[in-house]
Amino acid sequence: MIALSDYLILGAILFSISVTGIYLNRKNVIILLMSIELMLLSVNLNFIAFSYYLNDLAGQVFVFFILTVAAAESAIGLAIIIVLFRRRHTINIEDLDSLKG
Amino acid sequence: MTFEQLVFYFLASVAVIAAGLVITVRNPVRAALFLILTFFTVAVIWLLLEAEFLAIVLVLVYVGAVMVLFLFVVMMLDIDTDQLREGFAEYLPIGATVAVIILLQLVIVFSFGPFDLEQMPAPAAAAVDYSNTHQLGLLLYTYYVYPFELAAVLLLLAMVAAIALSLRGRLSAKRQRPDAQVRVRKEDRLRIVKMNAEKQD
Repeated sequence: MIALSDYLILGAILFSISVTGIYLNRKNVIILLMSIELMLLSVNLNFIAFSYYLNDLAGQVFVFFILTVAAAESAIGLAIIIVLFRRRHTINIEDLDSLKG
Repeated sequence: MTFEQLVFYFLASVAVIAAGLVITVRNPVRAALFLILTFFTVAVIWLLLEAEFLAIVLVLVYVGAVMVLFLFVVMMLDIDTDQLREGFAEYLPIGATVAVIILLQLVIVFSFGPFDLEQMPAPAAAAVDYSNTHQLGLLLYTYYVYPFELAAVLLLLAMVAAIALSLRGRLSAKRQRPDAQVRVRKEDRLRIVKMNAEKQD
């Protein structure tokens, strides 16, 4: 049988990979959004694993809402990226410093 | 090693390798494709955890909609990949260090005691006529009906916001302006002329 800790460790590995992704691709907003999606996925994996082992469906309801919020977030994030690219012709974070005093 | 464990370790290694490729490949299109692979593999892992409805939702909503949106945006924008990769090797040591520390802390917490099979045994397999979707629906439409409606409003809000952000209307297009229509007053449209009645012959 698979222990709960195996699922939790898999979630932890996915989470730390996405943390590394945020460090590595700090100039590319699209890969940053992908890393955030990966983080949410690992959190969802933890929720579902606990929901299974504790025999409580509330965890799955939480995953449902997290998926909703994540979909909304990525839709708006990509819309912002499109507007940004139209105005500045770049998605490099280094170039987005017009708020700097 | 049982068959179930074999399946789990295979899926887990595929998910981890694909996730690693998402953050390291040079081409954003490939990164999106590997992210699709990760999501799909994790959806199969959710099937192992008897969360059938959410596994299908993950495939339909994420692989089907969100990742297609990602691919669409990546292909629409003309990105200079090499410029965006500057500093990749520079940040690798600190990123890897932070990630390894996080991972070690979590693994230490998870592997000592409370989450192993003695403390938290796997539940028995569900009955044949058990429907995950049915149970989830019962819960969602009773205890969680208010958050459920809020989630619907949130999706509507996201849709309106995404359209409003990215809509680039043509200036020559003829369209209604509801604000002007509402603000219109009688005096703007109607002119009452007072004049004496004309005598009829």
